[in-house]
Amino acid sequence: METTNIQYTAKDFKSDQYVRWCPGCGDHAVLNSLQKVLADLAIPPHQTAIISGIGCSSRLPYYVTSYGFHTIHGRGAAIATGVKVANPKLSVWQITGDGDCLAIGGNHFIHSVRRNVDINVLLFNNQIYGLTKGQFSPTTKKGFVTKSSPFGTVERPFRPAELAFGARGTFFARFLDVDLKVAQSVMLAAAKHKGTSVIESLVNCIIFNNGAHGWLAEKENRPDRTIVLEHGKPMIFGKERNKGLVLDGMTLKVVTIGEDGVTESDILVHDAHAQDSTIQLKLAMMEGPEMPIAMGVIREVQEETYDAAMEQQILNEQANSKIKTFDDLIASCEQWEM
Amino acid sequence: MDKVKINDFDNVVVRFSGDSGDGMQLTGTLFSNLSAILGNEISTFPDFPSEIRAPQGTVGGVSGFQVHLGSNKIFTPGDNPDVLVVMNPAALKVNAPSIKNNSVLIFDTDNFEKSDFEKAGFLTLNPFQELSISETVQLIPVPLSSLTQKSLEGLGFDNKTVLRSKNMFALGLICWLFNRPIDKAIHFLENKFRKKKEVLSANVKVLTDGFNYGNNLHLSISTFQVEKSKHVESGKYTSISGNKATAWGLIAAAQKSGLQLFLGGYPITPATDVMQELVLYKNLGVKVIQAEDEIAGITTSLGASFAGCLAATNTSGPGLALKSEAIGLAVMAELPIVIIDVMRGGPSTGLPTKTEQTDLLQALYGRNGESPAVVMAAGTPADCFHFAYMASKIALEFMTPVILLSDAFIGNGSSLWKLPRLEDLPSITPHYTKAGLEKVNVTSRDQNTKVRYWSIPGTEGFGHRNGGLEKDYNTGAISVDALNHQKMVDTRKEKVQNVSNIIPDVVIEGDDTAEILVVGWGGTHGHLLNAVSNINASGKKLALAHFNYINPLPKNTEDVFGKFKKVVVCELNTGQFVSYLRSKVSGVEFLQYNKVQGQPFTVSELESHFNSLLK
Repeated sequence: METTNIQYTAKDFKSDQYVRWCPGCGDHAVLNSLQKVLADLAIPPHQTAIISGIGCSSRLPYYVTSYGFHTIHGRGAAIATGVKVANPKLSVWQITGDGDCLAIGGNHFIHSVRRNVDINVLLFNNQIYGLTKGQFSPTTKKGFVTKSSPFGTVERPFRPAELAFGARGTFFARFLDVDLKVAQSVMLAAAKHKGTSVIESLVNCIIFNNGAHGWLAEKENRPDRTIVLEHGKPMIFGKERNKGLVLDGMTLKVVTIGEDGVTESDILVHDAHAQDSTIQLKLAMMEGPEMPIAMGVIREVQEETYDAAMEQQILNEQANSKIKTFDDLIASCEQWEM
Repeated sequence: MDKVKINDFDNVVVRFSGDSGDGMQLTGTLFSNLSAILGNEISTFPDFPSEIRAPQGTVGGVSGFQVHLGSNKIFTPGDNPDVLVVMNPAALKVNAPSIKNNSVLIFDTDNFEKSDFEKAGFLTLNPFQELSISETVQLIPVPLSSLTQKSLEGLGFDNKTVLRSKNMFALGLICWLFNRPIDKAIHFLENKFRKKKEVLSANVKVLTDGFNYGNNLHLSISTFQVEKSKHVESGKYTSISGNKATAWGLIAAAQKSGLQLFLGGYPITPATDVMQELVLYKNLGVKVIQAEDEIAGITTSLGASFAGCLAATNTSGPGLALKSEAIGLAVMAELPIVIIDVMRGGPSTGLPTKTEQTDLLQALYGRNGESPAVVMAAGTPADCFHFAYMASKIALEFMTPVILLSDAFIGNGSSLWKLPRLEDLPSITPHYTKAGLEKVNVTSRDQNTKVRYWSIPGTEGFGHRNGGLEKDYNTGAISVDALNHQKMVDTRKEKVQNVSNIIPDVVIEGDDTAEILVVGWGGTHGHLLNAVSNINASGKKLALAHFNYINPLPKNTEDVFGKFKKVVVCELNTGQFVSYLRSKVSGVEFLQYNKVQGQPFTVSELESHFNSLLK
């Protein structure tokens, strides 16, 4: 990825296509945040490839000025892998949803994460199938009534973070559609991370699952119900900035600074760069209302990427081999005159 | 002992057969290469079970390798062997139906004991009688196992190495039988076991002793003398398998077109060798992803195509089924990709190591919507190079998926291949967006050929959004307009049809004044040509039209069929090509001849069928 000195604005990344998502859909906000981030990254639009599968969110490539490919259901991760490996100079984004990524595309998702291909996976999690008009997805809460679960689902949902960690992910972050500041900082960090960056975006489906994340999204209560993690900073949250996280044995616990002798120095400091993912996973798995939902970059560790490793192998072989061309290859094989 | 007699032969068929752990494939390959180096034409056919190691000594674990060598033109690996080597009674049983009169049968007496007969399911202690083996067959009993043990006695080899070397004793014996100088065989072994000095020295010792055994004892059989072939065009040759030739065809096309080669693959018998061959050539910049499944095999490849590579994927029948949705995307997005299907017995898992031509209709029609793709088929192992090259050329010049059908028979089999030079191969010009084409979009196309322009990500000024939704013919924006969809469907179809402008006419082989035309396609070419040539040699008229381009068909197809009274379409399925031809060519009454047994045609069964038609 080559950056330039050209100053881009979000407008440079808005295509001429009419955005067809429902009014009030959370995807609009994420698109706007992404366009802002693409401008801030200063990578020219033609050096960016945006790949998607099928679903509401997967329409996103049409709305961005770049190279885009709206592919088939679930296969975005594999196609994005091919694009990046073919041309590692491109900045590659994969746009996907909870059904596309975790149901039909689950296999490709875990394997792209395992390989650590240098792509940015923007996972729009609205806990519902929107484009097919309201069936439960792999992230829908158990018991939730949808058109395909009229008596409530009997399925246990996936938690995307757990899958990403289980697949040995090197980057996991989360943001809420309405929180533009966190959204942009997280996407920027994801784009700069070398490796598969999984970003879970909690988005609202206003038609089929309105308010799924509402209890987090309410501006008034958000500071108490979420915690924005920053590497190297103490895990403090709350309207009064007086709540914090500590480890009680093997368990994370919320404490109040100033009560029971708790001081700021007792609060855990976030280490997103720790190779050991134990605490990061605990943070990613926190559930309300007892615990705040973790936002921001939860894990970010450096490991060799698949595409760079393949490039390096090729360079090594090219440097050491006498076979440089097809004709050399022919000359090298066992042969005889007839 | 009789005096050694030497018989001259034009063509000889040799088959090695034993347990799948007996090293029959290696023995056969070494002997074939040795013969080729000495100037024979060769054609080989490895035939092995899908079990890696079935219970020892049982019929389920029998693995065979057949080679046809000759000083005359060789089209096939041959029907029945002139010399058969069997390592145990199970191998004898499996091969019994193909043992012909006056052939030579060498067997390992150490494995012809009571317990061996039981394992192979014999009811008596005389398997030859039980199988009614003709008395004209010359039986050569050789205690291969114990002779091998003696050969390596006291040299400090472990028992496993000793037992695994007995195939080399057999090879040594066969080398003597065919008057093959042993130093060349040793040279091959040195290359094969360069990093395993122990194994090498054991093999060389046993091979030499096997050769001397024949030489010293002057076994009472005639040896075979097969002269150099006089029929091949002079030049440099090698022996190549179809799967390797396919891989090399892609490498050549990548360099000729100036593109990086990318293969997304997944292990599947019998196509895995294409991937394993390509992954060797990182020195030539080849990128290979062994994907998590068949779908990711083609979709990583399609991503690479979008990004500007020569992209390919290798598979077999069940994998082609999994790839069909992605092939549809390649049709819709008009991206170049080569899909190599090395066909095997189906349906479902079917007969994974056996050959069939049963994926043709899947390749032609196995997708949703109006979804035309180019379909081609290679005819011989060496042919796979040319057709993999041409498949790449067509994909890149017409912005379309191309399905290249190979099969287990030609994929695993080997034939002589005249080494090409890159400069002699046809040019490849990818259909890039041209500078100066202002306002080019994702559906902009050449109005004559209907081929859309390829804009590669990273190129300034040509950013676009591609995808699987229908697009507007003029603007490239997504569209559900009724008339536009009709126009786009027609355009994609016309584009694929236009490929017929660059493919060669189908040629008539044999006697073009005949009344009956034999028609075949793909990997049956050798058998059909051999049978037709034999019929012609017997003074009867018969012609052959063999197809390598299936969709679209060569332009002269209808004219060719029109010259004959009867057209008989022969294929290894229940009639897939003939049903396609019936839908494409009018006014011809097609006869058909089919076989679905996981095995190639035999020349003799084809001849007998053609003779019955000629009566």
